Amino acid sequence: MTLFVEQVLNGLQYGSMLFLLASGLTLIFGIMGVINLTHGAFYMVGAYSAAFAVLSTGSFLVGIAAALIGAGLYAVLVEIAVVQWLYRRDHLYQVLATLGLILFTNEAVSLIFGRRPPLMDIPPFLQGSVPLFPGLDYPLMRLAFIAVGAMVAIGLWALVNHTRVGMLIRAGADDREMVDALGVDIRRLYTLVFGLGGALCGLAGVMAAPLLAIEIGMGERVLITTFVVIVVGGVGSVRGALVGALLVGMVDSLGRAYIPQLLQLSLPAATADTLGAGLVSASIYVLMAIVLLVRPNGLLPARG
Amino acid sequence: MLTSRLRLIVIAGGLLLLLTAPYLAQLTGSAGLLGLANRIAIYAIAAVSLDLILGYGALVSFGHAMFFGLGGYAVGIIAFHTGTGEPLFGWKGSNAALIVWPLALVACALLAAAVGTLSLKTSGVQFIMITLAFAQMVFFVLVSLQSYGGDDGLLLDRRNTLPLIDLSRPTTFYYVCVALLVGWTAFCARVVNSRFGLVLQALRQSERRSINLGVDPFPFRLVAFIISAVGTGLAGVLWANYARFVSPDMAAWSKSGEFIAIVVLGGLGTLLGPIAGTAVFIALEQILSIWTEHWMIVMGPVLTLVALFGRRGLAGRLFGERNG
Repeated sequence: MTLFVEQVLNGLQYGSMLFLLASGLTLIFGIMGVINLTHGAFYMVGAYSAAFAVLSTGSFLVGIAAALIGAGLYAVLVEIAVVQWLYRRDHLYQVLATLGLILFTNEAVSLIFGRRPPLMDIPPFLQGSVPLFPGLDYPLMRLAFIAVGAMVAIGLWALVNHTRVGMLIRAGADDREMVDALGVDIRRLYTLVFGLGGALCGLAGVMAAPLLAIEIGMGERVLITTFVVIVVGGVGSVRGALVGALLVGMVDSLGRAYIPQLLQLSLPAATADTLGAGLVSASIYVLMAIVLLVRPNGLLPARG
Repeated sequence: MLTSRLRLIVIAGGLLLLLTAPYLAQLTGSAGLLGLANRIAIYAIAAVSLDLILGYGALVSFGHAMFFGLGGYAVGIIAFHTGTGEPLFGWKGSNAALIVWPLALVACALLAAAVGTLSLKTSGVQFIMITLAFAQMVFFVLVSLQSYGGDDGLLLDRRNTLPLIDLSRPTTFYYVCVALLVGWTAFCARVVNSRFGLVLQALRQSERRSINLGVDPFPFRLVAFIISAVGTGLAGVLWANYARFVSPDMAAWSKSGEFIAIVVLGGLGTLLGPIAGTAVFIALEQILSIWTEHWMIVMGPVLTLVALFGRRGLAGRLFGERNG
């Protein structure tokens, strides 16, 4: 039981990180129709900016600000320099252009920050763990991560549903030609959404930095998982991104705990371990394949 | 008229370059040149195959590395069992290319039939992502094969053998790769210009109109997907023999991205363009990595610029005849 609760919490924490990444990506895709592979690079830029801000100032809050600004600005730069020319183009060219940007960003980051991965400690006020119930102490940092994810979910919901910008975002996702025709400066809206998506990546980066390794290429691994999330949830929908992120987080975390155990019931230990590791890593892709076969547009697709 | 003559000249020049590469390598005294040419020949087979569905079928597969990896691993695993003497499903194994290579290609065709049947239920972005998902599954299965080296991959003792042809000689192996490249490209060109290929292209131009003309898209696309996978698998088979090493990286998603980049770089839907694309991509990679260890800082923007400005790739204008 303790294991189960712990794994559910881990799943929530992973899911909330995925949500921070996926919500921006799904908006970018839903509104602009761009497959943006650079999204993982924003996350990496955020983590590096945060690590070096913390290293030089010692303050985690400055780190958060650095991550938001660094990743947000980089995203705006990418949109203005490259992505804005790709809106009407085939997905193929978007994949190629943003793939090139990934290579560029990886090298640029390693040139600027050095090859040695920076370390970032858990800030003092988030260290230690809290007893949730007898027998289960859960790290405060991970709880904070879940809380941040929840706050962003609520904030995004409010932004999208109850503000003028949100109204334009929804309208843009439904029918961008119409929004353009109604005299809205769609260019500025696009840049804004890109910057917002980048800033959310930065937030994910700074929260993940003390928990995971900061390194070149950290963005790509999480990028593919993020795509799984938005495809499972339904491309273009923030609600879908939330559902997809939680589902993928849970499948990954519970799979990690239980698949090897289940296999050990029927297979010799050595085989079960290696096969289990493979199955665990593949489990989210199996989930995605099943969802796509049953509901080709994802669980909660955007209308339109 | 002018372009058709120019096209002939470029094709003849390219073929001449491919055929004389070993002599050029000898003349300049750099053994690395032959290796470079060989890598180009092998990757070009994969690029031509991918172009078949990407350019002519508009099926953007972001998971073709799975066939590259499977072809390579089929060779690697059979070689492993032949080397250790452990039977594989009761079979002693073999080193003969005429047995091993067709087996590897059949494996790729079967995987492609399964993946294609499922993936073709979707289209657009979902198709891109579901092919990626299947490729990731293959990747993680390969990583989890601990008895075949897991993450580290598998070293092969020696290349497969052909009767009368000594594949262990670099020059001979190179010519075999070039012959297979030329043969495969010719086969793909015939496929593209056949009735089958025309239907495939019609489906790309307007799926709805083709369906109204009485075409069922699924079998055409599935067969194209399988042909393309077999070609990519052949490239994997040759790569395993060339490098005498296979690792899960062969099936990594970045490899799929690289294949797409090569095809777009060369010119979609031209078959010959992707061969030029391969040559430029791999040569550029080589030159830049000699020049600086941070070669990706140049390679990345090059790819981005090609996507932004090169609407038809390097050779699209030269080799392209596609409409719509």
